[in-house]
Amino acid sequence: MAFLQGTTKSQSGAKGDSLKKRSLTPYLLIAPGLIWLITFFVIPIFSLGSTSTMVRPQGAQIGTYVQELRFANYVDAFLANQEQYVRSFLYAGIATILALAISYPLAYMIAFRAGKYRNILLVLVVAPFFTSFLLRTVAWSQILGDEGPVLSTLRFLPFIDESLRLTATPFAVVSGLTYNFLPFMTLPLYASLERIDPRTLEASGDLYANGFITFRKVTVPLSMPGVVAGTLLTFIPAAGDYVNAALLGNPSTKMIGNVIESRFFAVVDYPTAAALSFTLMATILILVTLYIRKSGTDELV
Amino acid sequence: MANSKVLQDTGDLVLNRISKRYGDFCAVDDLTLTIPDGSFFALLGPSGCGKTTTLRMIAGLEEPSAGTISIGDTDITTQKPYRRNVNTVFQNYALFPHLSIFENIAFGLRRRGIKDVKSEVEKALDLVELAHLAERKPGQLSGGQQQRIAVARAIVNRPEVLLLDEPLGALDLKLRRQMQIELKRIQMEVGITFIHVTHDQEEAMTMADTIAVMNQGKIEQMGSATELYEAPKTAFVANFLGQCNLIKVRVQSRSGGKVVVSAKGHTFEIPESRVSSSNDSLLLGVRPEKLRLDGSGVNSIKECLVTDRSFVGTSTQYLVRTPWDLELVVFEQNDEGLHDLRLGDKVSLEWDSEHTFGLDGAQDVNAGADLDDDE
Repeated sequence: MAFLQGTTKSQSGAKGDSLKKRSLTPYLLIAPGLIWLITFFVIPIFSLGSTSTMVRPQGAQIGTYVQELRFANYVDAFLANQEQYVRSFLYAGIATILALAISYPLAYMIAFRAGKYRNILLVLVVAPFFTSFLLRTVAWSQILGDEGPVLSTLRFLPFIDESLRLTATPFAVVSGLTYNFLPFMTLPLYASLERIDPRTLEASGDLYANGFITFRKVTVPLSMPGVVAGTLLTFIPAAGDYVNAALLGNPSTKMIGNVIESRFFAVVDYPTAAALSFTLMATILILVTLYIRKSGTDELV
Repeated sequence: MANSKVLQDTGDLVLNRISKRYGDFCAVDDLTLTIPDGSFFALLGPSGCGKTTTLRMIAGLEEPSAGTISIGDTDITTQKPYRRNVNTVFQNYALFPHLSIFENIAFGLRRRGIKDVKSEVEKALDLVELAHLAERKPGQLSGGQQQRIAVARAIVNRPEVLLLDEPLGALDLKLRRQMQIELKRIQMEVGITFIHVTHDQEEAMTMADTIAVMNQGKIEQMGSATELYEAPKTAFVANFLGQCNLIKVRVQSRSGGKVVVSAKGHTFEIPESRVSSSNDSLLLGVRPEKLRLDGSGVNSIKECLVTDRSFVGTSTQYLVRTPWDLELVVFEQNDEGLHDLRLGDKVSLEWDSEHTFGLDGAQDVNAGADLDDDE
């Protein structure tokens, strides 16, 4: 009996210890991420915020700014760059829709029809990441170039004008954006399609829905979490992207990312660049919130 | 929508020589079956016997490699599932997780363009007694509730045939009993043909009017629960439905409606009508509860030894070893005639001729034993 009591006591003691340890473990686990976020996100965002309301004193050197809490910087920056601003969201929107149109059949095929080739196809989807983002974008300017395969094929068509150029056009920029973010669209779509129980699709057929109606009423709604995740992962970075517009576009296809980049590095106008960054962030946040509300998938995401 | 295209045939469901092969494997082998209109029919068999494949072919989810399926006079063998007047209750219910319970049940009605969806759905919900859950999502329901919604979703369409694929497999024992009674009640109320696939012999016997026992893609025997239990035609059926003692015997004579057989110096009688083989080597079958621990009578074995005893409430089960080392199972009711034997006690066994049956002796004595609970 005494022996029994002894073991119970030591057990409860051990339990108390592990309880104490357990209560500390989550904090230890979260610490690296937290420190990282504070150093590289929270502090920079405050410094960016404070920069955005700074003013260059009269006659001061380039790159010298003092804090004057001038919120009119935002209005000025926005008014001066409205065109690029709207264009960014337009291009990003078109690229997102195109990426969705290309990825959905692809993801559907991998999830339901690929059989033993499923893993190979998934590797192929991710394969572009094995080479540099920059190089792949440059490659597009060759693909779409005057002597490139796309244009020389198009020239065979009777209604194509000899003077048609594809590089340095909005078409090239949107193509680049679509291409570069395709895996971000495909993978979440695949993940949500693959989770669908094939028996729910059979049940739909059993309940008098033909293939198309089953797709519309069961497959699409059940894949909505993937659609939402994929469109966000494509739209958000595409709206702020500047590489595609810089490499594949011309001065009249500039996006807001290009403006921010040139304000920071070329013009050295930090307040305008910071104000534009903040406006972009706020707009995306609002759009994303509205989008998630509208698609009604907040519980699913 | 596609309402006019759903076939509206009534009549018996007839499977005519259907087979389903996957490569070399033959899941269903030349099966012929007629299921009368309005009956509660069970396809019973161990896992892998082809019962689910048969069901999926009736639903149109698999196409037979050979043979035809028809309802009444219409051949539905190659009809798409959405054209068939047949609905299925899937094994894991396969409710639509993104739709409310109401919309789940309304799904089939909406596809067929039925006008009064609301009242039809409410009727179906009343039938399964879950009207208060209409606005919930399937994920918020318990297993038993999901099961009943799956039944309601199928029944609301008033199909000619309702297919149930192991519908109670995921439920615990108590709930399963309750649902068995519930399903039987629903079948009587709506009067449509139910085809129930199960590996649980007790479930099949409780619910179905007619049971077809399937083994390796073929039907071993078909009949009512009593018929299958009291007069099995094969060793597989004898062992798969309940427990059975099978003794290898040789025929001595067949005359006067009696077949006299012998085994290791003992002579037994079987009514000729209960012998299903003309072979000289037979298996004599007798159910454990038909054996008495007594030594008089025509069919008796003396000098047996009690080797195991377990008390199971309503009865006591003994394992008794015959002089030639064959173990027989004996159930004895726990009433006033109780013998209360101990291990090692000497005992005699006897039984009535009309409780025995004779099977072809060329079969494996253990066919179908210990298969029923392997899922």
